[in-house]
Amino acid sequence: MKTLTRREALAAGAAAAAFAASGLPAFATADAAQEAVMAFTGGVAPGEGGVTLTTPEIAENGGTVPVEVAAEGAAAILVLAAGNPSPGVATFHFGPLGVAMASTRIRLARTQDVIAVAKMSDGSFRQASNTVKVTIGGCGG
Amino acid sequence: MFSRREFAHAIAAAGALIGPLSGRGLAQGLSGMTEEALIGGPAGGNVSLIHVTDMHAQLMPVWFREPSINLGVGAAAGQPPHVTGEDFLRLYGIEPRSPMAYALSSADFAALARDYGRMGGMDRIATVVKRLRAERPDAILLDGGDTWQGSLTALRTNGQDMVDAMNLLGVDAMTSHWEFTLGIDRVTEIVDALPFPFLGANIYDAEWDEPAYEPYKLFERGGVQVAVIGQAFPYLPIANPRWMFPNLSFGVREERMAEVVEEVRAEGASVVVLLSHNGFDVDRKLASRVPGIDVILCGHTHDALPEPLMVGDTALIASGSNGKFLSRVDIDADASGVKALRHRLIPIFADVIAPDPEMAALVAGHRAPFAAELSEVLGETEALLYRRGNFNGTFDDLILQALMTERDAEIALSPGFRWGPSLLPGDRITKEDLYNATAMSYPAAYRSEMTGETLHVILEDVADNLFNPDPYYQQGGDMVRVGGMGYRIDVSAPMGSRITDMTHLASGEPIDPARSYTVAGWASVNEGTDGPPIWDVVEAHIRSVGSVTLQENDSVKVTGA
Repeated sequence: MKTLTRREALAAGAAAAAFAASGLPAFATADAAQEAVMAFTGGVAPGEGGVTLTTPEIAENGGTVPVEVAAEGAAAILVLAAGNPSPGVATFHFGPLGVAMASTRIRLARTQDVIAVAKMSDGSFRQASNTVKVTIGGCGG
Repeated sequence: MFSRREFAHAIAAAGALIGPLSGRGLAQGLSGMTEEALIGGPAGGNVSLIHVTDMHAQLMPVWFREPSINLGVGAAAGQPPHVTGEDFLRLYGIEPRSPMAYALSSADFAALARDYGRMGGMDRIATVVKRLRAERPDAILLDGGDTWQGSLTALRTNGQDMVDAMNLLGVDAMTSHWEFTLGIDRVTEIVDALPFPFLGANIYDAEWDEPAYEPYKLFERGGVQVAVIGQAFPYLPIANPRWMFPNLSFGVREERMAEVVEEVRAEGASVVVLLSHNGFDVDRKLASRVPGIDVILCGHTHDALPEPLMVGDTALIASGSNGKFLSRVDIDADASGVKALRHRLIPIFADVIAPDPEMAALVAGHRAPFAAELSEVLGETEALLYRRGNFNGTFDDLILQALMTERDAEIALSPGFRWGPSLLPGDRITKEDLYNATAMSYPAAYRSEMTGETLHVILEDVADNLFNPDPYYQQGGDMVRVGGMGYRIDVSAPMGSRITDMTHLASGEPIDPARSYTVAGWASVNEGTDGPPIWDVVEAHIRSVGSVTLQENDSVKVTGA
């Protein structure tokens, strides 16, 4: 178990209260993420497949979560953290000769979906999404 | 494959054998059972593996009660190892009240323990290993980890007693979990001196995202190449204190595993063995998604299964914990791959298997400096004390009582660890017994204030670590034990809505989300946690009560199973 100091306990309690108020704990800003996807695609719903998104299942440290995206033939890849207060993370642009692959580290406020949308060179869009769990931990054994 | 029928037959034969009682105080129920009968017939095939795992530093024979509640969720619901008690015996065709029923299940544990005696002991394990190696000198001995932690002597020697014992046993490769709670400097010191590789394909340097340990080792055996890939516990920095090994990153890393399997196959491996500390359900999923693994030697979740569980062409083998069992796996392989596999889960009945003198001397040497402490009697127990079970265990009930009483707390929390042997009703509780249930490197018993809302968040968080339907999100421990508070849990509900009806037991009132409660606990993963070590807290409590009695704990109501 994690020991909660008074300050942390209050913070955790506050986060929990925010949780409850939203009614949609894991995807509090899902609409914002959806809007960002639509802005990137120009309103086209992306297809599945063709995008490899690599994330840990459970974040070791929510403050710096490694994320890797790859999509063969992509001109650009948008990465979103759907449950962060602001979902936008990064957009990677690739030249025609490069390998469309990028990695970065992102901060995740809580358990949520990380979404990658690739703009392919033919103008179509592809999407992949993984759930990354952010946990208080400490009870395995 | 050792079929269910063959297994039952072998056990029946072992029970029917008649022989003279030895002079070693043979447990009554085992009269006639022999080492030969336990170990099985001659090695078949051309490659032999020997697997021990999750010994938790138990050098001496122990009582160890298997769980009566071990719920599976999602695809694992009702599947081994999530089958307990009489259902388990029926599934595997094991005679109730037989030696193997005692070894593998929880029914009638205290009574059967008196008939069949303690299990395990490093000197007995050494005898079995020597016998197996007499038949097949190049058998590959693999240690699945959780070896260097869990006893007074391991704590006092920073794991050196276990390192020396495993070196004498002749381990060929190991993987890890609790090893890292000795701190990275001590791990590095030990690993640098080990005569065998410390494998972990999923252990990475956190800063550079590069492999930090050897991923695999190739062994040439019986005319073929055998690859042993190591997989450490994926959630070490989450379940255990990250500050103790700050530069390492773990994770399931399924793609990495697939790459390593391809790599060893490309190097000519005909047999691919995964020495895993993933936990059984994680291994089951991994086996269904990563092709090319012949055998997974499972660890972490402490399951003991009498026969392999097949996932496609992959045999999952679960060899128990605390030294109770050892698995032998005999494989017939040629250049084209595995032709046949035979597994035998060997129960280490301490009153049947003779101690190996060389190992017994090494163990005695490590225990001697601590003899007075180890044998110090703190009290006795009228209750059966055990730990395994998804929601509570009586040893944890005792620890929770100690925390609430000695730390003057309304509510107590104790981690859902799966290590720690059992004590029988009427047993004296020695300091050794107490340390077997508590010895670890972050033992501070904290006292803190938490709101009802925070307690709910904690319970939901831990419940999801256990009951997330996707095994890759499970951490493999049991539910945090709670004293002073009851709750209802729907294990099939989604995270955030499993835990309801939290009740303050002393007042019978519902837990108020806004109220602050005094909470005592231990084993915090946070650096700098204040408080006396848990063993001092529990010792003071046992000394003050003298004789431990426990009421039945029905404070957790379970649904959705």
